[in-house]
Amino acid sequence: MSALAHVLEAHGLATVSLGIIREQIVNTAPPRGLYCDFPLGRPLGRPGDPEFQHRVLAQALGMIETATEPVVEEFPEAIREEGTILACPMPPRDDADAHPAVAEARGLRAAYERTMANHGERMGAFRVLTPDTVPDAIGVFAEIAGGANWREAGIPGIPARVAQDIRGYYEAAAVSLADHTPGAFEATRWFLHHTEAGRTLLAAREEMKAQGAKHPLWYFLVSEHVGLPK
Amino acid sequence: MSGDDMKQAAADLECPVFEDTVLAPSPPLSEATVAILTSASLHHPDQPDFGPADISFRVLDRERRDLVLGHWSQDVDQVGFGVDLNVVYPIDRLEELAAQGVIGKVSDVHLAYAGNQFDLAGVQLDSGPQGAKLLKDAGVDVVLLTPV
Repeated sequence: MSALAHVLEAHGLATVSLGIIREQIVNTAPPRGLYCDFPLGRPLGRPGDPEFQHRVLAQALGMIETATEPVVEEFPEAIREEGTILACPMPPRDDADAHPAVAEARGLRAAYERTMANHGERMGAFRVLTPDTVPDAIGVFAEIAGGANWREAGIPGIPARVAQDIRGYYEAAAVSLADHTPGAFEATRWFLHHTEAGRTLLAAREEMKAQGAKHPLWYFLVSEHVGLPK
Repeated sequence: MSGDDMKQAAADLECPVFEDTVLAPSPPLSEATVAILTSASLHHPDQPDFGPADISFRVLDRERRDLVLGHWSQDVDQVGFGVDLNVVYPIDRLEELAAQGVIGKVSDVHLAYAGNQFDLAGVQLDSGPQGAKLLKDAGVDVVLLTPV
């Protein structure tokens, strides 16, 4: 990010860069930088809080007029991410004969659609999968978790991208199932540790590793940092 | 692990060193045209998705709010952007600042790159200058850069 700031300034554009990781914004030394101690993925801090976002912008854009030499300031309010897990009710599964993770995904479809209707299709299953194909993709990972050869199981795309869509589908559903806007990664932890699909994905990851899949193919199925139990 | 652990892991990544830092001049904010440049891999649904080592950029239309997060990293929260795009791409906040006269104008075009790649030479020598020229040609004075 800060590399681009240097490029833009060299072309005559004044810049101010927001940075969430202190060491990175300090070490790359953008012309004007504002370090914000916020969760990754939320550089303006609080979703749905225009007043807070305006405070961030006021300090950042103010540096355009006040900075006379390269500088990194710090936003005075931090948002810490404490590792909590979202609690939300699960709808009934729709098919007792299907794999539990597949039935669970089908049961979440209504909640997913409510989120799409209320917030638009900015998150969810759109990269490789569609909402219609999420249950089948989960079924593939369930077969791998059960010992099927991962190469022959039929993962419908780059495994990490497919896993992102499954995660997105669940997190989108969680937004409508929860009674508040989830904090950063709250829904991710819920997905990985409190749902059948999350447990299936983690088990498939271990099985792919055991079968000798190349590191990136199994490693990036989930975030090592967000999701794995200590 | 928590998000703080994740940020600590990212803190250890090697950062490029820039010997010379230029501060470009700007008109007063109240007269400036402001654009957003985000490294969140945002794109409109009808634009190509970002590849895993994609140094190109997408041009985002000021009027459009149909955006998806194409970032490849699983270490990024997606829900915040899902419920409020302004937490990554504060386009509505800029429109409010323009209406208040705090900034002169919101640019008609904004840019999105993919932050999760390491070909910095390509960004510095190729797609970065291309994006800078596009913004200059669009009359932009000030760029707000947002990570993800």
